[in-house]
Amino acid sequence: MNDVIYMDNNATTKVAPDVLAAMLPYFSELYGNPSSMHRFGGQVGRALVKAREQVAELLGADTEEIIFTSCGTESDSTAILSAVRANPDKHHIVTTRVEHPAVKNLATSLRNLTGHKYRVTSLGVDNEGMLDLDEYRKALSDDTAIVSVMWANNETGVIFPIAEMAAMAKEEGILFHTDAVQAVGKIPINLRELEVNFLSLSGHKLHAPKGVGVLYVKKGTPYAPFMIGGHQERGRRGGTENTASIVGLGKACELAGAWMSLENSKVRKLRDKLEEGLLASIPNSILNGHKTSRLPNTCNISFEYIEGEAILLHMDQYNICASSGSACTSGSLEPSHVMRAMGVPFTAAHGSIRFSLSVFNTEDEVDLVLEKMPAIIAGLREMSPFWQNRDKG
Amino acid sequence: MWEYTDKVKEHFMNPRNVGEIKDANAVGEVGSLSCGDALKLMLKVDEKEIIVDAKFQTFGCASAIASSSALTEMVKGLPLTEAEKITNEEIADFLGGLPKEKMHCSVMGREALEAAVANYRGVPVPVAEGEVVCECFGVTDLEVKRAIEESHLRSVEDITNFTKAGGGCGKCLDRLQEILDEVTGSAKSRIIPMKGPARMTTIQKIKKIEDVLEREIRPALRNDGGDIELIDVDGDMVIVALRGACGGCSRSTTTLKEYVEKTLREQVLDTLVVEEER
Ligand SMILES: Cc1ncc(COP(=O)(O)O)c(C=O)c1O
Repeated sequence: MNDVIYMDNNATTKVAPDVLAAMLPYFSELYGNPSSMHRFGGQVGRALVKAREQVAELLGADTEEIIFTSCGTESDSTAILSAVRANPDKHHIVTTRVEHPAVKNLATSLRNLTGHKYRVTSLGVDNEGMLDLDEYRKALSDDTAIVSVMWANNETGVIFPIAEMAAMAKEEGILFHTDAVQAVGKIPINLRELEVNFLSLSGHKLHAPKGVGVLYVKKGTPYAPFMIGGHQERGRRGGTENTASIVGLGKACELAGAWMSLENSKVRKLRDKLEEGLLASIPNSILNGHKTSRLPNTCNISFEYIEGEAILLHMDQYNICASSGSACTSGSLEPSHVMRAMGVPFTAAHGSIRFSLSVFNTEDEVDLVLEKMPAIIAGLREMSPFWQNRDKG
Repeated sequence: MWEYTDKVKEHFMNPRNVGEIKDANAVGEVGSLSCGDALKLMLKVDEKEIIVDAKFQTFGCASAIASSSALTEMVKGLPLTEAEKITNEEIADFLGGLPKEKMHCSVMGREALEAAVANYRGVPVPVAEGEVVCECFGVTDLEVKRAIEESHLRSVEDITNFTKAGGGCGKCLDRLQEILDEVTGSAKSRIIPMKGPARMTTIQKIKKIEDVLEREIRPALRNDGGDIELIDVDGDMVIVALRGACGGCSRSTTTLKEYVEKTLREQVLDTLVVEEER
């Protein structure tokens, strides 16, 4: 069996060796509490200062704007609930139909919050997964407490025009949050130039460990903490810091800055080779998502007339890891909400496979996937009652 | 990832009897592309009504493919009258079981078999009738009722796992609950009534409570430098005293209600109320 061919980096990433090395001392000898008065804890506190600088540097932010959290989901919850509390008289939130559950389900839960009759506008997307900015502008109102729009979609990699959208919200005096969990490290971000009030990121999507995240809060943005407790994070997020993971996340951000050009050269090239190869060698395969307004690492392809779980399990025989928007893999009975929002027909939605690459992938791996996929797809189609009858409708 | 048995994986990777029988005389087609799974079962039945050949085509996940493969293996060589009796549970058992969320794949197998038999006999498929309850997956009330009875389903979630009904927009969930109540309500008279809450004498109660305190609760409290003493049991009222660090602790009420009472309710009697001695 070959080594694992990991093309599921939008699900989670490998901890980079340098990140692990940076973290290890904080699991052993450097176990002090960064809040302690003694020098022993103090040195850990200094490591957090450095990590905060590394994160701020990658985002084009100031260190006081960085709050460490436990994950992307916590950052999303904190941002949205904070804006809700800061605007007790507003009862409307604007978001999209393709958000990650961390935003989508939170927005839905707001509808049911007792005492608040929240309205949620979920903007639709077109066949390529893009938003209509006119529709967005019309959705903004005096009653809107916050806009929450993801920077890049986890399933398709489609990038939304965050700079423009944030500016439009600012004009109306509305707070703007972006879930940038998939974007950070893959595309350049400079928050100093943007009217973004809140930005969420998650460590495990950029080669730091799971269970650590960041919420960026622009200076001057009204803020109410979600985790209330000690004075950590200047009272904005209680709880003794996850020191090792924060140090790891700092290192990962430093690496991401250094690797940014690789993402957009090497990774993009590999992705393009994979994508073009698959589309060319496999009939009835369709790219999901906008061709160019897209992350350099992601490619989502539907193989018509077959089902995603079956494809993934065959790929698994070759140790190839990817994921699917099919019903069967999600545990629900319907294809993913992103595929449905894009209006991907049922013939294709159940057979959608997402490949998401990282700087650790190689050309040999792409070649192996290109070699194995056509037979997997053909084999399953051979078995599908719809394949032979496809033209009869 | 789903936990599939080795048998499911084996039948998925090496499905038996894939393909078409050109002169099949019993064909059953169920499911659709939009549903996410579909099965076309083709049988060749000889003049003695023995199934001499079986093949299938399936669109769907691993368990749908494995269930189809299993079904063809099970029916080959059987008289039609025997094959007809195969239930979805038997298909699942043949594979060493299916995850419960995937039971609908075995149901699809049984439905295809029924459709094939009906096709052979030239009669309409029985469960295609009835009133559609779940519009997303086109499931009728008769199908739901049958699944509840045959597979002894006890919750709406079970119904979704077995029939897919309710797994889409969720609009029909209330209706499913009604059907479930109808079916199980009428079944109740046939079921031996459950014993009511166990009656215990006070002495038995005290003994059981002491057991749980000693085995579970004290060790946990002692970890935090506390302790607990049983003062009295009066009906369902359990009077205790917290000792050591727990005594003056501001969280003691929470400990009592959230931890001690919950544990005792779970392990002794679910009507117990724990109070601190004054
Ligand atoms: C777009 C997006 N938002 C939020 C999250 C949640 O991040 P976390 O797993 O750190 O809570 C994810 C990860 O799956 C994601 O892809």
